[in-house]
Amino acid sequence: MASLISDTEPPSHLHPTSTDLVRRKKRLSVSSSSASSSLTTGDGDSHARWRSEKQQRNYSAKLIQALRQVRLSSSSAAAATSSPPPTAQKRGKAVREAADRALAVSARGRTLWSRAILSNRIKLKFRKQKRQRPAAIPAVITTGSSSSSSGGRSKKRRVTVAKLNKKSIPTVNRKVRVLGRLVPGCKKESVPVILEEATDYIQALEMQVRAMKSLAELLSGSDLAPQRG
Amino acid sequence: MSGRRSRSRQSSGISEDQINDLIIKLQQLLPELRNSRRSDKVSASRVLQETCSYIRNLHREVDDLSERLSELLANTDTAQAALIRSLLTQ
Repeated sequence: MASLISDTEPPSHLHPTSTDLVRRKKRLSVSSSSASSSLTTGDGDSHARWRSEKQQRNYSAKLIQALRQVRLSSSSAAAATSSPPPTAQKRGKAVREAADRALAVSARGRTLWSRAILSNRIKLKFRKQKRQRPAAIPAVITTGSSSSSSGGRSKKRRVTVAKLNKKSIPTVNRKVRVLGRLVPGCKKESVPVILEEATDYIQALEMQVRAMKSLAELLSGSDLAPQRG
Repeated sequence: MSGRRSRSRQSSGISEDQINDLIIKLQQLLPELRNSRRSDKVSASRVLQETCSYIRNLHREVDDLSERLSELLANTDTAQAALIRSLLTQ
């Protein structure tokens, strides 16, 4: 799965700098993450996993690669297509998706949410085609039912699931369902699965925030450097 | 507490103790509830509520950061050269 990101190589003139960059970023992240890793001892397996230096290095390297591809693809797409230049929101979303993908890859496929994130990217392409098909099918069904029940007894087949959830399931379960909708890929899982995924997901998100924050500070600090004309 | 296990069989057979353990583990992750670690006092629903809002906060932070990063990446054409320079000066 790691080959997904490093598959498309950047142009040749960037290649030597990319490896240097990755190496230097690794050194920097080691110094910055050593402080954070000393904060919490290995409370559980997930704690140590998401706070270790190795994980931080791994993620920052993947993040940089992914971000570089975002930059290249957005600039090339603007030149190729005749659409207006990508708005800030679209670019931000592309960055967010790249960061999420890098995060999911560094999870090594052991968790549900990471697999859901990675599979969702592929599913999105097919989802756009699928949306037209299920719209046609209910139309066929309704016409069939109206023709069969000529007495005009068109009963609604859909039972409102929301009502069932609110009353029969206690508060804790309801909140766990809400939580399950927040964590990617856990909408239909059982309660303990959702809770476990949530613990891992929160730690991964925290690491993502830390990495992106330090990267942003790094980039904004380098604005003082002279730019080539 | 031990009587509950035999009485209330959940639909999937998962014991309440397991769920409570998971919720306690979750509570220790949250920055809000981590300091007051009196696990009896903080209810499970409160932990879940804080978890939801915390995840939403993290999502929002990631969105803001990615917007900021996208602007930074777009502005600096030679972002890599600048990065290397800054890494060298540090």
